[in-house]
Amino acid sequence: MNNLFNYIEKESPIHGLTGATKLVCLLLWSLAAMTTYDTRLLLVLAVLGIALFPIGRIGVKDVSFMLWFTLVFLVLNTVLVYLFSPQHGTEVYGTCTYLFGLSGHFAPTAEQLFFQLNYILKYFATIPFVLLFVCTTNPSEFAASLNKIGVSYSVSYSVALALRYIPDIQKQYHEISQASQARGVELSKKASLVSRLKSASAILVPLILSSMDRIEIISNAMELRCFGKNKKRTWYMAQKFKALDYVSMIVCALLLVASITLTHINGSRFYNPFK
Amino acid sequence: MKKLSVKTIVAIGIGAALFFVLGRFVAIPSPVPNTNISIQYGLLAFIAAVFGPVAGALAGLIGHFFIDFSYGWGVWWSWVIASAVFGCLMGVATMRLKIDEGEFGTKGIITFNVGQAIAHLISWVVVAPVLDILMFQEPANKVFLQGVTGAIINIITTAIVGTLVCLAYSKAIPKKGSLKEEN
Repeated sequence: MNNLFNYIEKESPIHGLTGATKLVCLLLWSLAAMTTYDTRLLLVLAVLGIALFPIGRIGVKDVSFMLWFTLVFLVLNTVLVYLFSPQHGTEVYGTCTYLFGLSGHFAPTAEQLFFQLNYILKYFATIPFVLLFVCTTNPSEFAASLNKIGVSYSVSYSVALALRYIPDIQKQYHEISQASQARGVELSKKASLVSRLKSASAILVPLILSSMDRIEIISNAMELRCFGKNKKRTWYMAQKFKALDYVSMIVCALLLVASITLTHINGSRFYNPFK
Repeated sequence: MKKLSVKTIVAIGIGAALFFVLGRFVAIPSPVPNTNISIQYGLLAFIAAVFGPVAGALAGLIGHFFIDFSYGWGVWWSWVIASAVFGCLMGVATMRLKIDEGEFGTKGIITFNVGQAIAHLISWVVVAPVLDILMFQEPANKVFLQGVTGAIINIITTAIVGTLVCLAYSKAIPKKGSLKEEN
């Protein structure tokens, strides 16, 4: 399971933070990066996010696959944004400065290039932090931390259940798929899309029917142990807050405050150098 | 909020796990970035139809969050929330169906499919793009293209996969009054 979620077990200050802290920081950080389009703050976020990697003792090698994936998406998205609205920058910044003496719908403008730079920066402001979160947070601690930040424990328990049963269901899916293929169900590219979907259902039906049995068994077992009777619940993986936990939460909260203040000062979410 | 029953809690957990496995390992990429041909929505529609809107919404939310989480490309909250909205709307649309009592006839199939089509349209053509624009200020026509492609693909896959699964499940359950007294 730990392989599936790319969790890398190491000793580092970031690994030592509780799951709840990291979750709160992730939420604050993504909110901060989401609200602002200010180039300066995005740069700070991007640099900070990348600077955290050595502290968490996560190397580029550990995340190279995910980085690759993200970069492909980034390139595709940037190209698409340009193709679909090459004048988006002009709309956003309110001025139009053609570059290289070209003009027309697809001619590059300084505003568009600046908008796309911000767009790329926005990716770099959020993604390193998420990658770091994924690499340093034990999935089992995740459910416990959800409960700690105020999600009701039955919902947190659903998350814990999902994490517990993902490997089981994955294994079962694999078994059923191989059994069906042995009986002639075609799933490869040779079959047409509709027939592939139909054969996917042929695997799904036994998988879902057995999962329904599983739901029955687990809920009976939980009911027999009086799940949901008490208002609170303790967690095996829960940890106590330390000084560093408070510090990192305050830093992330300050970033969010900075982001909102900047939006207020600029009068919009964008930093406009063209005025 | 009303207290969730133990069965709903378990259904959310297992539903999210199924959603994750199907979405993570059975994905077929489509030409538009960030959009996969994903059979997991057929399953989500089924879970929502059987266990109701709360289970549908949370299973979609948790499952989709874990898919994004495990790929590590960042969690796209706009799309994660859209999945939850789909699960919730689907649960509301199919409130009156009694699949878990073994009833899923022509009328049920029509309700299910009209419901899923509307729920997909609202989630992918309205919720996801609007959230994308609010959060990332992406150009509107780009996100709407992604949304429309996603909606069309999801409607087709849900129509095939979801209907087949519902049919199979309702057949596996003995109907009310199916036992007769012997003379």
